[in-house]
Amino acid sequence: MATKPDIELVALTKRYGETLAVDRINLRIPAGSYCCLLGPSGCGKTTTLRMIAGHEEVSDGDVILGAENITRLPPAARGTAMMFQSYALFPHLDCTDNVAFSLKMRGVDKETRRGRALDLLKRVQMEPYAKRLPAQLSGGQQQRVALARALITDPQVLLLDEPLSALDPFLRVKMREELKSLQTRLGISFIHVTHSQDEAMALADIIVVMNGGRIEQAAAPREVFNKPASAFVARFIGGHNVLPAAVARAKGEGEFVAIRADRITLQPGPAPVDATSISGVTRSVEYLGATVQVGIDVAGLEPLSAVVPEARFDANPVAPGQPVVLSWTPKDVHVLGR
Amino acid sequence: MKRAAYWAPYLQVTPLALVFLVFLVIPIATIVVVSFFDYNTTQIIPAFLRQNYEELLTSPVTWQTYLQTIEFAAITWLITFLIGFTIAYFLAFYVRSTTLQTVLFLVCTIPFWTSNVIRMISWIPFLGRNGLANMTLMQLGLIHEPLEFLLYSNFSVVLVYVHLYTLFMVVPIFNSMMRIDRSLLEAALDAGATGWQTLVNVILPLCKPGIAIGSIFVVTIVMGDFVTVRMMSGGLSASVALMMANAMSLLQYPAAAANAVILLIVVLMIVAAMMRLVDIRKEL
Repeated sequence: MATKPDIELVALTKRYGETLAVDRINLRIPAGSYCCLLGPSGCGKTTTLRMIAGHEEVSDGDVILGAENITRLPPAARGTAMMFQSYALFPHLDCTDNVAFSLKMRGVDKETRRGRALDLLKRVQMEPYAKRLPAQLSGGQQQRVALARALITDPQVLLLDEPLSALDPFLRVKMREELKSLQTRLGISFIHVTHSQDEAMALADIIVVMNGGRIEQAAAPREVFNKPASAFVARFIGGHNVLPAAVARAKGEGEFVAIRADRITLQPGPAPVDATSISGVTRSVEYLGATVQVGIDVAGLEPLSAVVPEARFDANPVAPGQPVVLSWTPKDVHVLGR
Repeated sequence: MKRAAYWAPYLQVTPLALVFLVFLVIPIATIVVVSFFDYNTTQIIPAFLRQNYEELLTSPVTWQTYLQTIEFAAITWLITFLIGFTIAYFLAFYVRSTTLQTVLFLVCTIPFWTSNVIRMISWIPFLGRNGLANMTLMQLGLIHEPLEFLLYSNFSVVLVYVHLYTLFMVVPIFNSMMRIDRSLLEAALDAGATGWQTLVNVILPLCKPGIAIGSIFVVTIVMGDFVTVRMMSGGLSASVALMMANAMSLLQYPAAAANAVILLIVVLMIVAAMMRLVDIRKEL
């Protein structure tokens, strides 16, 4: 393949009867990038993925891969491959036959397809398990087999539906690294649906934050974290305090501002409050190792939090129930668009 | 206290063990014992003879009857499987709403609200020489004289078997199909499988346990049937169980018992063969 294709969604819409699951979204995913669709459940991210895969009929709009409009093509003719949430390995076939399945459907002879399947199993370090049935594999191993099965058709885009949600936390981090390195090696686009912001931050070149069937923001992880486009993004991505603009005395268009929790300075005890500080009562103190997360109640605002490095917290400790003053510098105040 | 704990498990299995003993083990043991007895026209005489078995196994009639019965079972199995699988497939994969699924499933069971014999007999006026089927075909001008094979033939026997027992195929296969993860079908579609390829490569293999259970039902019932053969073949066909019924009407209980033992062995062998092909334990 000389040029790898970009994928583009144009006014893509999905209606279920009266309800709009995906509302005219536009998105361009450059070739060879790792894209995470992030959002709470019911935000339309899985529906979007399934429309790209061809497993969900598109109500309106187009899916374009490279120069080709693939909106109405059957799943296997699109150049995409899907890895299902529960992996959907065929329980009656061993790993080799699972991986070779799509070649079998194309009528590739047994020797060739088995050889090819073994190559792919080797690539995901599953060769020793080639003769095992899916039920005899652990979750992580099943995932690798599912990956190999999706990759055997040489897709240009790999679609992953919450691929890590079935794994335990330790394995999740490990598989996350493997996914990223695999994507880098293959150089194809991965589109990965997740509801975990950590996962999206760690993996993505582009994070697409969705809510209510719309895209709230589509940008690189750093931009999403440092310049969340909306109050929703700031809240969902975490690590931010969302305050009414009036409270932070911020100038700008928006109604709300966001201040990163790790940019907040805590001062125990009641103290005079000025333009860049606010007083509240400590609600909770969570020790997280390198940092301490302090939850603070401020009358009339949503719960706030401050993340303080361990040493700084120890120098000025606060306990639940204690009054506390939060302060910040004006340059850390980010005005939210919506 | 310790003694009680020791006996508790035995006490717990006692009720079921008693049921099996009284309703299964003792009757079968009795049949086996009687199969070695001697008999004359008026009484059965306790003895230990191989004669009943020898007479049975050396008679060509026995072999013909067994072949006939196995043929009935095989044809019935094939047709009930094809129809049953199709119905189950329709219910499981085409009918989307659970309510409609339940309703259609109940519709399938409606025939079971009347007795087997009544459902069987109701075919007679339909299939008879001057029955509905022949009259209709003649009035439509499709045939000029009544079709003789419709009633009192192997055709009518198999027809009634299929009518009576297809549901025994539908239920376990439907059950198997409902357990198939729908994402497997999408995975097959994603891999480029056509509907037919998905059916052959995914659905059929995953339905094997259900097919095996349905097959066991149908085959064992047909192998042991005598009412249907008697009613629907008009005495022109025989089955093993009918042979036994005839022997019993002549008070030749030991001969019938020997035949029963052999039939039991044959059926057990068929079932064992099916179990070797398919592991049905997953489904239980």
